[in-house]
Order: sequence, then structure tokens, then C-alpha cells
Amino acid sequence: MLTGLFNYWVVIILMMAGLYVVMASRHLVKKIVGLNIFQTAVFILFISMGKVGGGTAPILVEGTTLYSNPLPHVLILTAIVVGVATTALGLAIAVRVYEAYDSVDEEDIAAMDTEDRRQESAVTTVTNTPS
Amino acid sequence: MSAVLMMGFFSLLCSCIFMVLDAVDVAFTEAAVGAGASTIFFLAAIAIVGRTSKPSKPGKTFIPLIACIATGTLLFYASFDMPYFGKADAPIHQHVAPRYLQESAGEVGPPNVVTSVLASYRGYDTFGEVGVVFTAFIGVLLLLGAGTRRTGVERPAPPNVNEESMRQKVVLREVADLVIAPVLIFALYVQWHGDFGPGGGFQAGVIFASAIILYALIYGIVPAQQLLPPRKLAYLPGVGLLLYAGVGVYSMLRGGNFLDYDMVASNPLDGQHYGILIIELGVGITVASVMINIFFSLSERSL
Repeated sequence: MLTGLFNYWVVIILMMAGLYVVMASRHLVKKIVGLNIFQTAVFILFISMGKVGGGTAPILVEGTTLYSNPLPHVLILTAIVVGVATTALGLAIAVRVYEAYDSVDEEDIAAMDTEDRRQESAVTTVTNTPS
Repeated sequence: MSAVLMMGFFSLLCSCIFMVLDAVDVAFTEAAVGAGASTIFFLAAIAIVGRTSKPSKPGKTFIPLIACIATGTLLFYASFDMPYFGKADAPIHQHVAPRYLQESAGEVGPPNVVTSVLASYRGYDTFGEVGVVFTAFIGVLLLLGAGTRRTGVERPAPPNVNEESMRQKVVLREVADLVIAPVLIFALYVQWHGDFGPGGGFQAGVIFASAIILYALIYGIVPAQQLLPPRKLAYLPGVGLLLYAGVGVYSMLRGGNFLDYDMVASNPLDGQHYGILIIELGVGITVASVMINIFFSLSERSL
């Protein structure tokens, strides 16, 4: 009965989709979107592991004895809010990068950095020659 | 742009999945965060950095693709060792979870076990999480400023074209007017009812913040900042965190351990009740004010 592992497979596919976006996309904001997808895959992993077949939500009521595991719920609900705060931090960094480079394209930024370094070394060689 | 909107739908779908998997509190949080806060943050960011992106060079996507397929295959192989979905005898259900489910009604009180675990059994964890939210807020503040630039004396004539046009859209404005006040009241309900039903400080904070963000989107950022001056709002995350820590210190002064609510009142169950209410309030204040502040900081930059 391999269908019992279906939840893990969904998580793996989502996780790899997120990882692919992080690695392959050039746009910094899209990379953060990829990170978010990856993060959500982890959330689904935790929550699906906490599910007990036939159980209900972990709010105690008379006459019910089978509940899903509350611990992953606690971990993930705080992780979601922490996740949005850290996402905002990532976006803030992207905004500052844009203000400094006028671009959020990874390769353009790398090209500008190489150009800067080349010019700097040119300047230092020029100033070094007279002395 | 479309990627960000897809993200919003994706997280709404996820919250439905969480609902089906019995995680009502998590579904609640994901719906509020995904549809409310994070989508707006992304939109504010791409309003600044531009929505177009160059396509990746064909050669550059090859290595990531191979890496992802390889990692995915390995994880797929590893998944065969995992316990089947929904099995009650899986290792995850054997350790501390039975105690939480059986004893929490007598030891802590609230029928919502998630709240008892979050606020009482694992109060240190939650304190750490609130600390992380606070730290991320400090980071955004350092990077972008507190959103106070336009409340100063020399206010330049803002290019308020978008804000003006928003306010003139009758349907949007009327619906927002209708919705904002109930959403704020609902946030307070979620805050104080978290012991008994799904809810608590985290969800309430995000819901409260999304109502304020909706107000700012429709009526413009300036009226919203007059309502909640960013300079004063920037103190609130610290107030919330200190309220949380204060409960811990108070329980130490009463002779218990840090965050041991049994000592907060003469009767342990009453103590747990007061302790949870106060720390949830601290969490709610911190989360709501952090979200509103981040929104102000990000949207300031795009004007």
C-alpha cells in the first residue's frame, strides 16, 4: 500500500520546485517566492505527519478520544508567522539591492560587481605607478 | 506579478489542505498570512523593483534542474522508510503528544490543546519565535527606515496617483468600509477566544494588521499613518515582547521558574489562564505592530 506515502511525494515535488526556482531564477524577488514554496512544503510535511487517521482537530470535546497530534501544529503555526517576517526581511534586502544597483537581476549585479572590481584595480595600478 | 498572485492562491489552497489535515489553527494562520500579509509585502516590493525579469539563459537552468531531480530522487527513495500517512502508531505520536492530549485539560486548562502547548508547555519556544519576529522587524527597520520620512515637516508633494484612483473606485471603497470594522472585531475575538477555539495571538495579530493594511491600501498611506504614527508604532513590538518576558519574570518573583504560570495566581489553573491570556496579548501586539510597520516601511519606499 504505497499510497500511504503520497503525502511525502507531494512534499518532495513542491520542495524541489521551490529549490529549482531559487537556483534557476535570476530575479531576486522570484528567488524569495521559491524559498516560500520550499518553506510551505516543509509545513505540509509536518502537518501531514501529525495527522492521525480518523482523528479530529486537537480541541478537547466530550465523547472524542482520537485527536491529531497538536505538537506539529504549534511548531508550524509559529513558523508561518516567523516565515512572513523573514520574507519581509528578504524583500527589504532586495529593495536595498535595487536602490544600490538599479537592478534585481542576479547576473546583472554580478556583472556590475566585476566591472567595479576591474576599475578599482585599474585605479590602484595607476596610482601605484608614480610612487 | 503573476507569480506573486499565484503565491497568494497557493497559500490559500495550502490553508485548505491544513484544514483537511485537522490543523485548524495552522489553516487559520496560513489563510491570514498568505492572503493578507505576505502577498501585500511581495506586491509592495515588486512595485519598487519592477515586475519584469529577464528569462534565464538556457544553459544556466540545466545544472539546477539536474540537482533538483537528483535530490528529489534521493528524497523519494528515503520516503519508503517513512511511516504511512495517518497511522496512529507512527513514532511522532508516541513521545510527548499523548501527554499533551491527556493531561493538558487538568494541568493547563484550555480545551484547545494547541493553545496550551504553544503558550504553556512550549512557552520558551514561542518566546523565541516572538523574539525572531522582533529581530526580523529590527532588520527591516535598519534596512528601510521606520516609515517616518513622510510624517516629518518637509513633506514633499507625494505622487499619490495610485492612492487617489483607489479611493475613487466605489465598489472597492464601499466593500472596504463594510469589511474593515468587522475584521478588527474578529481579530479581537480570535485573540481572546484562542483558549477555546482555534485562534490566538499570532492569528489575531496578522488579522488585525491586514485590516489596517486594507485601510492603507484604499485610503492611502498618509491617513493610515496619521491613525497609527509609525514613530510610536515602532515601540509596540518591544512592548509585546516585554509583556511576554514580564510574565516570565513575574512568575520567577513568585518563586517559580521562568514562564511557570502556576505561580502567577494562587490557584495553578487560574495562574495558567491569566498567564496564557497575557502572553497571547503580548504575541498579538508584537505580531500586529511588526506587520503594520513592515508594510509602512516597504510602501514608503515605493512612493
